[in-house]
Amino acid sequence: MNIVCGIAGIFNWGGAQKITQDALRQMITTLHHRGPDDYGYFTDDQIGLAHSRLSIIDIAGGHQPIHNENKSIHVVFNGEIFNYIELREDLKKAGHQFYTRSDTEVIVHAYEEYGDDFVQHLNGQFAIALWDANTQKLLLIRDRIGIHPLFYCKQNDQFLFASEIKAILPQFRQAPRLNISALDQIFTFWSPVSPATVFENVFEVSPGQMITVQNEKITKKTYWDWQFAQKDQYISSGLACQAEELHELLVDATRIRLRSDVPVGAYLSGGLDSSVITSIIHHDTDNELKTFSIGFSEEDFDEGSYQQRMVNYLNTDHKNVVCHNKDIADNFIKTIFHTETPILRTAPVPMHILSGLVREQGYKVVLTGEGSDEVLGGYDIFKEGKVRQFWAKNPASEIRPLLLKKLYPYLNISKSTGRAYLEAFFGTGLANPDIPWFSHLPRWTTTAKCKEFFSDDVQSALQEDSIECLSRSLPGQISQWEHFNQAQYIEAKSLMAGYLLCSQGDRMLMSNSVEGRFPFLDHRVIEYANNTDPRLKMKVLNEKYLLKQSMKNYLPPEIVQRYKQPYRAPDIAAFSGEKMPDFVEELTSEATVKKYGYFDAKKVYRLKEKIKRGRAIGYKDNMAFIGILSTQIWHNLFIENYRNPI
Amino acid sequence: MSNEVTVRNYILENYLFTDDQSALSNDSSLLDEGILDSTGILELVVFLEDEFGIKVDDHEMVPENLDSVNSILKYISNKSSQ
Repeated sequence: MNIVCGIAGIFNWGGAQKITQDALRQMITTLHHRGPDDYGYFTDDQIGLAHSRLSIIDIAGGHQPIHNENKSIHVVFNGEIFNYIELREDLKKAGHQFYTRSDTEVIVHAYEEYGDDFVQHLNGQFAIALWDANTQKLLLIRDRIGIHPLFYCKQNDQFLFASEIKAILPQFRQAPRLNISALDQIFTFWSPVSPATVFENVFEVSPGQMITVQNEKITKKTYWDWQFAQKDQYISSGLACQAEELHELLVDATRIRLRSDVPVGAYLSGGLDSSVITSIIHHDTDNELKTFSIGFSEEDFDEGSYQQRMVNYLNTDHKNVVCHNKDIADNFIKTIFHTETPILRTAPVPMHILSGLVREQGYKVVLTGEGSDEVLGGYDIFKEGKVRQFWAKNPASEIRPLLLKKLYPYLNISKSTGRAYLEAFFGTGLANPDIPWFSHLPRWTTTAKCKEFFSDDVQSALQEDSIECLSRSLPGQISQWEHFNQAQYIEAKSLMAGYLLCSQGDRMLMSNSVEGRFPFLDHRVIEYANNTDPRLKMKVLNEKYLLKQSMKNYLPPEIVQRYKQPYRAPDIAAFSGEKMPDFVEELTSEATVKKYGYFDAKKVYRLKEKIKRGRAIGYKDNMAFIGILSTQIWHNLFIENYRNPI
Repeated sequence: MSNEVTVRNYILENYLFTDDQSALSNDSSLLDEGILDSTGILELVVFLEDEFGIKVDDHEMVPENLDSVNSILKYISNKSSQ
């Protein structure tokens, strides 16, 4: 059974006022998009739990909050427990009595059986709030990877939590404020360093974390994190055997994610990852294959021909929607309402349009290929890291840095003359190849140039270097891992968990009440990949080598061999047609920029003029403009009008 | 308007987004000071070709020719006299 939904709650202590259903309703109704069909509440002296539900099955029986046999434990939950069938059988054998067919109920009985460690038995994606009246304890738990969101805030004698920050704001006792450090981190890493959010005093439950709130104390425990084997401990069964094992894991991860009493669709971009998932559904399951994709009217971003190749190969029932620049502009404000955070690229917007297509076709669940690049070594940043490590061993080499031209063909600089530029752009940190974030320094350095647009007030309010903050969040053992694995960890924890899975993933899916499921992010797949020699993940500069070996007999060769086209959408181009949209002019006007105070109004004006002259083609200009515009929209939605959301 | 003013204003407007002349000295290294990124080089070349009617050959895209206001001015002058 599967439920798309939202959760929220209040925990009062120290003799605070009794919690009313009305207070909970104010919170949970802001999550209508996550669950429009039904609201559920539980209140007890100090605790209130609320749930908004999108019913997919067992409409009568699956109403949350769900409780245990004697009603001393209550839970609200957003997500899926994919191994609920097996867990349910085990728990029934242990004597537990179930009153619903829901996967949610497995949680309360597993908690009764295993205590706090129950989460180790779950294979799924989830945000869980569990109240144990026996011990007056609230548990907040988020899945290992960060697929489903969960936020909290402590104010005096009260603890608030919710799936999205907009559900916390109705109970906020102070006007919300932007967290300047988080903005600085977004303009470096594309996301704040967990657990920070862009709202002051609002935090996220980090991926793989359990928070216990009891006796007015908050304690945090990491129950799972990405761990990598050391060099002499990798799986040693050989390429053929590993290809087979990976294939079996992916088939099982896909199979259990098809568990549903409603039809499940799949995204099909034309890239390797979604082609793998759809091919597994086709070959290894009885699921009827309905696929969805987004195309772009701008050729540079479109992957239509590869999508069509896979559609023909698998004979899927395929639906496609074309995204025009105007669509991005028209949906941008709504996108920021859902992301609840500034973004540096427009890439989430087409994902919102795509989930709209899914909903329109009557589907509520899709499988996607998200996570493959992080888990199985697909990104250019990993290749770049390898080349730069190679270069760092002989920094004076003329030849070594030229390998970067293989990655970035636009660097059309001849052999004899390119070195100075390659060194300037990619040589950042070359003297320190052993720092764990070596792979990410060029990207972060380029992104951080957008901070030149910060106002003087923001610049002077910043107290800590972002990279120092991130470095404190890294696990101690990262220095023992090979460089490739370090790069994977940083990518998975910063960009993937902090941006891709939320702003581009969960928020855009849930904006149209659609649930995404990600076989590559099954923790068994991740653990297997993390124990695999990185030389099998990326063979020299051949990305996802092991994955390609495991799937080569199931895919057309041109899909296996195609050059990886990173997913991107038009940025500045979406707003710079004949005329800039009115909302853009208004929110980035000198007056409004000055009023909100985050950016230098004159610099923003000059950037807009450069855009209007058609000269703003660079990464920095595109990221800066989208970052500025989205921050201005964010302020307008959540600060200026925060009591009146859309 | 002199070439110097044209080039300085272009760099100030399009990379530093300011009209504060003190933000750029004629011998500032555009690379060392992070004023240009990899796509900035391409923008600069397009500007020079459009503004001064020259063709920048691949082998001329070197810091000696493009990395400061002074070196750009010298490069334009050499190209124009060819």
